[in-house]
Amino acid sequence: MSITYLEAIREAQARALAEDPRVYIYGQDVGQFGGAFKATKNLAQEYPGRVLDAPISEDAMVGSAIGSAIEGMRPIIEMQFADFSTVGFNQIVNQAATLFWRTKVPCPLVVRLPFGGTAGSGPFHSQSIEAIYAHYPGLVVMTPATVEDAYSMLLDAVAIDDPVIFCEHKLLYYHLKAEKLPTEALPIGKARIARVGRDMTIVAYSAMVHEALAVAEELTGEGIEVEVVDLRTIKPLDTDTVMASVARTGRLLCVGEAWPWGGVTAEVIARVASEGFGLLDAPPQRINAKDTPVPYHPSLWAAHRPTARSIAAAARNLLRL
Amino acid sequence: MLLARMLDDKFASLYRAGKIFGGVFLGRGQEALSASIGISLRKGDAFAPLIRDAAGRLAFGETVLESVRTYLGSPQGPMRSRDGNVHRGRPKDGLLPMISHLGAMISVVNGILMARRFKGERGAVGVASIGEGATSTGSFHESLNQAAVEKLPMVLVVANNHYAYSTPTARQFACRDLVDRAIGYGVTGQNVDGTDLVECLRVVGDAVARAREGGGPQLIVARLLRLCGHGEHDDASYIDPKLKQTGDGRDCLKVAEEQMLHGHWADAPTIEAWRAAAAHEIEETVAKVQREAAPDPFKEDWYALSSKHLNEGHNEP
Repeated sequence: MSITYLEAIREAQARALAEDPRVYIYGQDVGQFGGAFKATKNLAQEYPGRVLDAPISEDAMVGSAIGSAIEGMRPIIEMQFADFSTVGFNQIVNQAATLFWRTKVPCPLVVRLPFGGTAGSGPFHSQSIEAIYAHYPGLVVMTPATVEDAYSMLLDAVAIDDPVIFCEHKLLYYHLKAEKLPTEALPIGKARIARVGRDMTIVAYSAMVHEALAVAEELTGEGIEVEVVDLRTIKPLDTDTVMASVARTGRLLCVGEAWPWGGVTAEVIARVASEGFGLLDAPPQRINAKDTPVPYHPSLWAAHRPTARSIAAAARNLLRL
Repeated sequence: MLLARMLDDKFASLYRAGKIFGGVFLGRGQEALSASIGISLRKGDAFAPLIRDAAGRLAFGETVLESVRTYLGSPQGPMRSRDGNVHRGRPKDGLLPMISHLGAMISVVNGILMARRFKGERGAVGVASIGEGATSTGSFHESLNQAAVEKLPMVLVVANNHYAYSTPTARQFACRDLVDRAIGYGVTGQNVDGTDLVECLRVVGDAVARAREGGGPQLIVARLLRLCGHGEHDDASYIDPKLKQTGDGRDCLKVAEEQMLHGHWADAPTIEAWRAAAAHEIEETVAKVQREAAPDPFKEDWYALSSKHLNEGHNEP
């Protein structure tokens, strides 16, 4: 038996519903239909009255989740696509993210964002907007890269007393598989060394972890050993694990599928440069998507985002610096 | 109403004396409607007030002390110096602290009512209070529609005071009357003269009762005039003087006093005694809060997350 990344998300929600009567799921088409991606398949049938279709009203979806969280519920809001969460942005960043700080009343809710590019999805079904949420105080932002993390981190997200932005990559939904669901996991806020290497550190998260691992595999043929750090959560950001890796390798390449201005790769480099400058044998590098909307045609899309090929080129270049 | 008006007047004078850090926003002219909301609700209900709801807050159970502490930025207030003036509340007691994007509070009330339903608790009502300006927001549409779809016991009270800051209603909406929107959402709509306390008590009370009995969302549109600026920084020179001569421009407090005297609910000495008691409470409270220490930045934890271990920890002073 094997389980996909998407099925792990479905299973985590099933378990949360089963174990905690405070949990409910609210989002467009999540009920009888089981969700646009089937992340809530059969859950409405198995948990009647707790998996509710929402009108196309992202602002009201999040606003109502805040109200129910104040009352002690644990809402899971499914955005059909991360791109659409901008309609609920105000509620997330101004209301949910500030509630605890203003009032001492925690705001435990999860907003699931199916995010990231897939071929043919175009500008409004492909975005990676995790950094915008990470910018605001009062939010936890998770970006699981593996089936195991998708499962265990979603359960953690439901258990955390604060608003969590759960970024699940659509490209991983069907292709990424594991043998079984995990029974243990790293704590939230800890990055994972996805591969050990001595020559350089590639810091990545979500789908880009798999591109980085492919690069690491390819470069072994050239005698280059790449260490890959999977951030797992981008906020909080596990600076210690990144810094320890750079201390071992002396070289840093950050990879993100999001746009280049600001963001996770910029933040990682800023921290390493300011707190660990002496550890670096070469200027830290980063590679991101191009600074345009995400294109529709697969050949344009493949050139827009970082790929194993462009990352490998950046990695080879970094060793020459 | 009387206490709220006098408390507002005190805040205005403290503002002019430079004793208040931010803005001051008064409910002058809107107290009858506001008080009617607070009086119609009971413990266990939810109330998301707007900036002119001092009267409704007091009637719902907020104290003068909480109000003064928030305006003066006392760390002992409900917002602990982190937020001020009208942005105060006690979410666990159903009194929601507004964010400035006011339409956004309506769906939070919806969520509270949805939670009650999930928990199998019946009988609670939620009121969201907005001005006519907030009816132009996307949040208004999304949340009123959401309440209607979920058949929630939510009462949305719109105080149409003719101006959203300086913008007149002609630049805010084009429908004949905002209450006509009710039919579009499939909810019950009701107009009320917002300057008439007796009418406000009847209309708001009836709407709350209908919602409580399972009648679904209720939209109330009250006509009145703001008898002050948007905030105390604003001289309101844009208000059409002719409006002040209409029924909407009546001072609801004077109307209420006449109603009380006329109906023999209270005589003049009684009202005078209420006035004296309110003045005393306000003066005592302000004096007390003015003696309270200012917040100490070095005692702040500077944590935005309740999960302490997930705060990034680079906020040490």
